[in-house]
Amino acid sequence: MLIFEQSRQGRRAQAQAPENVDESGDIPGDLLREEPPLMPEVSEMQAVRHYTRLSQKNFSIDTQFYPLGSCTMKYNPRACNSLAMLPGFLARHPYAPAAMGQGFLACMFELQEMLKDVTGMPAVSLTPAAGAQGEFTGVAMIRAYHDARGDSERIEILVPDAAHGTNPATATMCGYKVREIPTDRQGDVDLAALREAVGPKTAGIMLTNPSTLGVFERRIEEIAAVIHDAGGLLYYDGANLNAILGKVRPGDMGFDVIHMNLHKTFSTPHGGGGPGAGPVGVSKRLEPFLPVPIVGFDGDEYYWITEDVRPQSIGRLSAFMGNAGVLMRAYIYARMLGSEGMHRVADFATLNANYLMVRLAQAGFDLAFPERRATHEFIVTLKRQQKELGITAMDFAKRLLDYNMHAPTTYFPLLVPECLLIEPTETEGKEDLDAFVEAMVQIQKEAETSPELLREAPHTQPVRRLDEVRAAKQLDLAWTGTVT
Amino acid sequence: MPFIPHTDTDISEMLATIGAGDIEDLFDEIPKSLRVGGLSAVPEGMTEQEISRLMMERAEADGRPLCFMGAGAYDHHIPAAVWQITTRGEFYSAYTPYQAEASQGTLQLIYEYQTMMAGLTGLDVSNASLYDGASALAEAALMAVRGNRKSKSRRILVPTTVHPVYRKTTRTIVDNQGIELVEVPYCSDGGNTVPDSLTHFEGEDITAVVVQHPNFFGILEEVDALTDWAHRQGALVIAIVNPTSLALLKPPGKWGENGADIACGEGQPLGVPLAAGGPYFGFMCCKQALVRQMPGRIVGRTIDRDGRDGFTLTLQAREQHIRRSKATSNICTNQGLLVTAATIYMSLLGAEGLARVARACHANTRALVAKLTENEYIEPLFKRPCFHETALRFSLPLADVMRPLYAHNLLPGYDLSADYPELGNALLVCATETRTAADIELYADHLNRVISAQTVAGCPVKPKMA
Repeated sequence: MLIFEQSRQGRRAQAQAPENVDESGDIPGDLLREEPPLMPEVSEMQAVRHYTRLSQKNFSIDTQFYPLGSCTMKYNPRACNSLAMLPGFLARHPYAPAAMGQGFLACMFELQEMLKDVTGMPAVSLTPAAGAQGEFTGVAMIRAYHDARGDSERIEILVPDAAHGTNPATATMCGYKVREIPTDRQGDVDLAALREAVGPKTAGIMLTNPSTLGVFERRIEEIAAVIHDAGGLLYYDGANLNAILGKVRPGDMGFDVIHMNLHKTFSTPHGGGGPGAGPVGVSKRLEPFLPVPIVGFDGDEYYWITEDVRPQSIGRLSAFMGNAGVLMRAYIYARMLGSEGMHRVADFATLNANYLMVRLAQAGFDLAFPERRATHEFIVTLKRQQKELGITAMDFAKRLLDYNMHAPTTYFPLLVPECLLIEPTETEGKEDLDAFVEAMVQIQKEAETSPELLREAPHTQPVRRLDEVRAAKQLDLAWTGTVT
Repeated sequence: MPFIPHTDTDISEMLATIGAGDIEDLFDEIPKSLRVGGLSAVPEGMTEQEISRLMMERAEADGRPLCFMGAGAYDHHIPAAVWQITTRGEFYSAYTPYQAEASQGTLQLIYEYQTMMAGLTGLDVSNASLYDGASALAEAALMAVRGNRKSKSRRILVPTTVHPVYRKTTRTIVDNQGIELVEVPYCSDGGNTVPDSLTHFEGEDITAVVVQHPNFFGILEEVDALTDWAHRQGALVIAIVNPTSLALLKPPGKWGENGADIACGEGQPLGVPLAAGGPYFGFMCCKQALVRQMPGRIVGRTIDRDGRDGFTLTLQAREQHIRRSKATSNICTNQGLLVTAATIYMSLLGAEGLARVARACHANTRALVAKLTENEYIEPLFKRPCFHETALRFSLPLADVMRPLYAHNLLPGYDLSADYPELGNALLVCATETRTAADIELYADHLNRVISAQTVAGCPVKPKMA
């Protein structure tokens, strides 16, 4: 039931508003609202109960195994939340002078320094609000760099066909044409095709490494040389940084610009779809173009670096400095891990993925790249089940919900038919992984003996499969009733 | 090993299953030359107890100043229930609701949020939110260019009464897409955008006109006249609004004859703490006719196989994971957690509660202005009425006044001189419902003392060096 359907005219949470000031001051009558807006009319307890109950209709990391490939659904430490929400931090007005926020700015500065170190990039800006905004920032800086050199013939961005959809969407937003590069059978970028594609029009390439296929791009140094020789720049999509944290650094691979998804690698909460944080790191030659503000330190005080001293900056991306509270959570997480903890993230994310991959292969599932090591994730293809049993990756995914496990990522990357992209993360224990294998084996048996169980799944959730065509055709995006 | 559950036995059993000697073997596809030795800038790890102590010290050091600053972020009361429920693990640690059946909580909440925002703005539909108010304006500009098919110019009029950083942000984001942002000056007397100042654009091809109301100075604009003028030119109207104000003010959907086409703005006032500027959320609503041009996530109500109501992400054909390089935006998140907070906030306040907050803000700001302008060196800068902030002119150097107030742990307001040097010593002040008469009194006392220390017999003098 919707909160509006529980509402009664005239009811409200009495403790939650100031005494009525019975006037609208000097606001002219023609600017005043005539009808009050539609809002819930409920008691405080009703609101608390309603939203608590809604929360219970969600899967989450705190309640379920969540092996969602490419999303890095690891445990979000509670301390990161409670310390980021200390009253002194919550009370900080974004435009308060730097002198009144030295504690906050110290955290931001140290986060910048740590991110430089783990990525091997000499300069960092924290301000992009999410991965996609970090991508936009990265490509906008590539464009600004070429423009500043008067090199305006470069109109193409190369993107592997396995790339996340944000890569081509971002290149378009920055005014570039997208040129797709195919992938070879082993999951690496097709180098011959790449050599063919690069030239004087190449502004750069957007790469994820490990790639979205769950494998490490082995010839990354050659790729970097091909692009750099043609005068292009390399953009690193940090979606899969968890796989290599503390082991390999994008800067050492030859990348010129990188964005990080702190909501993945640095364990800030996904929050049902945000907020994220997508800081960018750059090589020296791109530093002048970084978005502002950036936190500086003169050995005594922390201060803001703004457009006044960075005239070539691509500018601002949000009203203040991006998702500061997310950055705080990432900072706290990084400090708890420390230098030793960084590479352990990659170690155990990789151990878990390889263990799960081997166990699923032993149980009879087909791997997309059986000759390759898993990175922090890997792909199972259900092409055979689809052909032989008429059971799809979607059916498996929905049935897993009945086993009280979140589904892996399905139908991404688009290159692999009927794929499940599986990322267990380092925070899951062996018995959780074993339970997932058992569930998959059980579902495979069901697929062979009673396939309707899968096609009709899920059976145990608040709703069964939803009519998405109807959702898009008969749009119902807001309740239009009246409170009685 | 923080947050890693593996025992030694686990590790050896797992490696045996894989057939690897040790964990290092699992990285054998990575060229040796690329491997990093160690990290130099990351300190040793800390226990929860150690990091707690450090963070508490830093939070304490930042103090909790008495805030009379607004300029796009407002210090409102937030009911305790808002963040206690928002940070429940089931909301906090869930992903984007792609698996709709296992995400009905988040999806229904967003549907309720969309309903409340559509109601608040007087428009038909809302999306599930964008990053913040400034980037929402950039997305609104792009949306207007897609949505106004009759206009070919890609020219958007942006009054200088729009938040300066919103204008900068929009420029950063739309710069590479051939969109021209044309600035429109404000009236130095009223602090508003005068409809007559637009007449020289008449007959030109204009894609959209932006109206911020209340504007950056806190001043109320002549929204009806501006909206009607824009529509007569064939331009769409993009409203930037403060959600608290909408409990009191005529919503964008009712501006002029036909209403604004798109409304966007900063959602922070709806239950989100100041928190150094984020995470906040941008909201965006529009008329039904434009819904397929809207960026970001949208939730729709539909039915399941048994005919029961359920909720799902919809209109995904607009989005990057389907459309790739032809998507309406590259955005692939909303600010889910903040929308959760805002929805609970609005449910706890209701229309009446929000209207009380809005009226209290307005009354407190008027009281603040009356009190501060008792000082002979301070006067209101603009003549037109405001909602809950406005600018004051000081007849002595503002920086010299503000510094000692900081020392009293007081944020006197936002200094306009960097963004609007032509205004001289101008301070944007705000008093929300959380400021009491005693707070206002305290501000005035400190300010009067600071000013009298810097003036002799009515003449401003430089303060003596200590």
